[in-house]
Order: sequence, then structure tokens, then C-alpha cells
Amino acid sequence: MSDRSSLRRPATTATSGGPRGGGVTDDEQFAEAPIPSPPSQSAAKHGRLGDRVFAGFATGAGVFMVVLIAAIGIFLLIQAIPPLADNKASFLFSRTWNADPADLNFGVLDLLLVTVFSSVFALVIAMPVSLGIALFLTQYAPRRAARPLAYLVDLLAAVPSIIYGLWGLEVLAPALSGFSVWLNENLGWIPIFADGNVSAQIGQTIFVAGIVLAVMLLPIITAVSREVFDRTPTPHLEGAIALGATKWEVIRTTVLPFGRPGYISASMLGLGRALGETIALLIILSTTTQFFGWSLFDGGDTIASKIARASAEFNDPKAAGAYVAAGLVLFALTFVVNAAARAIVAGHKEYE
Amino acid sequence: MKINRHASVLGAVLAAGALVLSACGSDNNTAGGSTSGAGAPAPTGTAQVDCGGKKALTAEGSTAQKGAMEAFIAAYGQKCQGYQLAYNPTGSGNGVKNFTGGQVDFGGSDSALKKDKGEVDAAAKRCKGNPAWNLPLVFGPVAIVYNNKDAQELTLTGELAAKIFSGAITDWSDPAIAAANGGKALPAKKITVVFRADESGTTDNFQKYLSAAGKGAWTKDAGKKFNGGVGQGAQGSAGVADAVAAGDGAIAYAEWSYAQDKNLAMAKIDSGSGPVELNAQTAGVAIQSAKVKGTGNDLELDLKSLYSSNTPGAYPLVLATYEIVCSKGYDADTAKAVKAFLTVAATDAQGQLQEAGYVPLPNQFQSKLLTAIQAIS
Repeated sequence: MSDRSSLRRPATTATSGGPRGGGVTDDEQFAEAPIPSPPSQSAAKHGRLGDRVFAGFATGAGVFMVVLIAAIGIFLLIQAIPPLADNKASFLFSRTWNADPADLNFGVLDLLLVTVFSSVFALVIAMPVSLGIALFLTQYAPRRAARPLAYLVDLLAAVPSIIYGLWGLEVLAPALSGFSVWLNENLGWIPIFADGNVSAQIGQTIFVAGIVLAVMLLPIITAVSREVFDRTPTPHLEGAIALGATKWEVIRTTVLPFGRPGYISASMLGLGRALGETIALLIILSTTTQFFGWSLFDGGDTIASKIARASAEFNDPKAAGAYVAAGLVLFALTFVVNAAARAIVAGHKEYE
Repeated sequence: MKINRHASVLGAVLAAGALVLSACGSDNNTAGGSTSGAGAPAPTGTAQVDCGGKKALTAEGSTAQKGAMEAFIAAYGQKCQGYQLAYNPTGSGNGVKNFTGGQVDFGGSDSALKKDKGEVDAAAKRCKGNPAWNLPLVFGPVAIVYNNKDAQELTLTGELAAKIFSGAITDWSDPAIAAANGGKALPAKKITVVFRADESGTTDNFQKYLSAAGKGAWTKDAGKKFNGGVGQGAQGSAGVADAVAAGDGAIAYAEWSYAQDKNLAMAKIDSGSGPVELNAQTAGVAIQSAKVKGTGNDLELDLKSLYSSNTPGAYPLVLATYEIVCSKGYDADTAKAVKAFLTVAATDAQGQLQEAGYVPLPNQFQSKLLTAIQAIS
């Protein structure tokens, strides 16, 4: 029953962003069709001009990607090494940031903690909501309504992040002010709701920033999860229904197990986006002179927002290099997150 | 990015539009009509402007004078039909750099040219061996804004402000605040200091003010980065204004236009001669009282004398921004156009400044500027 080729499909369609919300017939084709052999092999066999040109183009594009990533990594390294050599503080474990070229004393730990904390908080909000949206669109909504609704969700991704930032600052922060203060006063004994280093009432906090981030993640996680859930093999669904399963049981026994790797992979894509999000956080988050203290009502800077905030003063190569070094950490972090996503997907393939 | 800034720019544009309409009726009555501030030092209306020369001037620099520049450009285009100026608000540093590099016709800067950084010499070189002049043409008051529902009015001294913004005073009920406000103590509430998270000339000038007027209470450096070591930073003046509007107990500094847009309460400043509120007139009095440090037509201001002045009725916390021009060394076309533009800016355009959050030039100061502008060749 559990055909391997059909199981592997979600991961590949997920990352390549293939056709969305295909009809039922489409699904069946996708579920049953064997994986076509890569075009490069047939090009070598037949050697027709079109094949060769296209194979060359595709290979070139693939190589270009790898070279690009390597070039970015090398650029970051070259820029980062001189200031790192002059750095008086421990780059990875110091929490102060002073990129004054005369007195380089910078550590990335505080920025890293804020980055990860705000992104994980955003993910915790966005994952269940996205799951709900994706299940609704694929399983509950009538087909005719599902498509326009899916477009609406995709539209969220088209909103520029600066708009999200302004919305967070001008609308969401004041609107959540009372709720934040209430959370802080009544649930303050939970560390993440404890008194932060900025005012919860003003609301330029990780709490508000994380909620805005979560909204920004919704379309990404939803779009990919929807694809995956949509490709649940119809025989699985029909089998479950024939056994007398309710809608929820069908979803629990067929849709979710089938889509889980894709959903997790989608969430990791979202996490990558959240880690790198810059301008919305730059606008919303308050900077502070104190260290990050594991509260949602802290302010601070993420790695990306710190770089953006300082970009106006990049007139000294060493000072700029210090920020590039921070960027390198973000680069590595995103790399690790993506690798983890791959590992999770691969792991699921093994035992399902 | 800055909705409020856009709103104020829109205001300036509307004002310019209104001016265009009213100008249809009577040609020589431009400035008087739109200045509403009663008793504001009225800038003299129009001047004889000798339009001509280069059709399209370029200037670059300070973001703090962007709004004023937009008013100037509108007035210039109206007074000298077919002539225009493009102002690129990229920051004071770039303004000076591109002026001395000969990229733009004049620069806008929050600070005068600095000798020790070689800017004076570089500018002289650009002006073919003639000195460059610092003309303080745009004055933007900085408001100390606060949000405390228990305090309808608040008076601060320079010393008190220095203590609050450096964390020496942390509660609104502090007896020092009560002493400056007629002895009435405010209910206890934590003071949340909000500062600019990005680098800003406003922060620089505010810290200079605290160090000049703080009677030694401000021990930190000046500079474009806030050095007080307390509170939380918000991005841009818009972010600061939003934070103060939202947080009961917050206090911050922001350009006047932002304080007006958000209807924030502004503290009066008592420099030793009684509390003075911020308006065009009181800021004008302070500008009038400022000493000029430059020689001849170089009108570099002695900010220390401005910030520490205790002239009665003067609101001293004013950000002065300069136009940096060549005294000589322009080609004839450029010189003529620069003179025409600056003349319009110092006269006709003054009437619209207040709506954009700037202070119109006081009379006496205006004539000094006009003398300098006329001397450009």
C-alpha cells in the first residue's frame, strides 16, 4: 500500500513549489505515476541538440546555485576575518556588541538568542494555525471555495515585510497593549511572561514582533502543507472512509501521517524565513541596553535587524566586518535549520 | 516607512498648494497669509529674487531638513518658474562628502564643517581656494515629549532632563521633579526613557543640549548614538512617537512635527528664567540669542551658547542645520541659481515652515543670512 515513490513526492514538490491545488485527476496521476528518469541521462543517450542544450542549461543553473552559495559564504568569511582577529571579546559567547573600529568588542550571543527565541515563538503560533488552514482548504472547504481561499492565503506572502512592520508598530502593538500587560501581571511567574527589559505596555517587544512574524509565516507553511495534504493518495482516503472513519479519523489516520514530513519541512522553511526576517523586526523591536532575559516582553535586536539598523554607519570596513561576522552566524544557523528539516524528512521516509 | 513624516510632508505640500492659490490674487503677500502663530517672529514676505542661472540645482545631506527643503523647493519653483532643485536626504555625512567632492551644488548638514576632520580644507579646495560658509538656514525644535496621565503639564530644567535621560532619576514621584513643578509631587510611576535606536542628528543635538544645560549632570558623550544607558530604543522618530503615545510613564525627545502629529504632551523647559513652552516664537527667541562662532559671513553657531542660554522666553532645545555653500568659486550660472534659491528659502518659503515642524527665521537673523547669501559669487 505505502508505495515509496508516492511518499517521496511531497518533499520534492514541497521545495520546488510545483502546481498548486490541482484537481482530483491530477492528484491521482501524481500519486500513481512512477518517477521519470532524470533528463540528463536521456540526453546522453540520444544526444539530440535540444536535449543537450536543455541538459546543459539545467546543469548550469544547478552549478550556478552551488557556486552562488559558496561565493556568499566566502564573501562573508573574507569580510569577517579581520574584525574577528581584532575582537577583544569572545565572538560566540559575549553578549555585548561594540563595533567601534577603535575598540572592537563584539559578541553575537545576545543577538542569536533573540533571533532564535522570536523565531521559535513565531513558529509555535504559526504551525498549528497553518495546519488548520491547510486541512481546511484541502479536506473541509468545498473545492470551489478552496481555490480562491488558497489564493488569499498566498496573497499574504505578497505583502512587503515593511508593511507588516508598520502594521505591527502602529496597529498591533497598541491593540495588544492591554493584553500584554495582563499577561505580564497575571502570568508573570512563567518565565516567558516575566517583566521584560522594555515596556510591555508600549509593545515594541518580542511578543508583538513574534506575532507579526507568525502572520508572515502563515502563507509559506500553509502553501506547502496544502500541496502535501492535497496529494494524499485517494485510495488511502477511500479505504479509511470505507472502514467507517469519521472525517477527523480520516485526517488523523491518512492525511496527517502522509503529510507529516512535508508539513515539518514546510515549517522549517518558515523558520528559515523567520530567522532572516529583517525590516519588520527592525521597525517593531525596541533596542535596549540590557541583555535578553528569556521574556517575551524583552526588546533587543535579532542578527538581521541589528545589521540593518547599523547599515547606515558602514563606512569603516572593520565595523562593517563585525556585522558581516554576525551575518555569517545567521547563514550557518539557517544552514543547520535546513539540514535538520532534510534530516527529519529523510528519517520519516525510512520507516513509513 | 514613516507615515507621520509623510503626513507632515503632505501638510507642507498642501500648504504650498494653498500658497499657490492665494498667490493668484496678490503677488506680494505670500508669507504673511499662512503664518498663523500669533506673535511669531514674522519673516518678511517676499524679496527681490534674481532668478536665473542653472536650471536644475542639486543638493544633498541632512535628513533633518528634508521637510523644510521640500517647502523651499516648492517656493523656489513658484517664484522662479522653470527652475528647480533636487534635494537628496542621505544624511549629513554624505552631504558634506558630496559637496566637497563637487558632486552637488551645496550640502545640508546638521553640524558645521569640522576643521580637525579636514572638512574645512576639503571644502576650500572644492570652492577653488575660497572658504565655504556654514549658513544655518533651517531650525527644527526638539520637543521633550512625555506620557503621564497624572501630569497635564510638566516643566523640566536642563539638569533634570540630564538626570532622567541618564537614569539618575527613575520615578515620576522624584522630589526633584516636584521641585521644578511648583512642589507638587506626582504619583509614583516608573519613568520609561525612549530613545532613537538608529543614529540620528537629533540624538546628537539632544545630548549636546544635555551636556551644555545639564549643569554637570550629563556625564556621557554626545554623538549620534544615544549614550544615556537607560530605557529602550525605537526606530526613527515615528517609532519614538508611537512608543511615547502608547506607554504611560514614557518620556522621549522627538522633532516637533512628530510631537504635533501624535498630539504628545511636550515638557516646558526652565533654563533659569521660568518655564518656557515650545512654540515658534520661543524657539525664535532662542535662535536670536545664539552667538555666531564663524567669522564674517560664515554663520557657524555656537551651540553651547544656544543650549545653555537662559534668555527669558527662549526655548533653547533647537536643532540647527546648515546649508554649506562656497563663498566664491561657483561658475556664474551656478552662483546665480544658488543665490536665488537660498534667497527664496530665507524669505518667501519661511511662511510654510511652521506647518512642517520648523521655526521660521527671526528677523534679525534673517537679515544676517541674506547678507551672506548676497555675498556669494
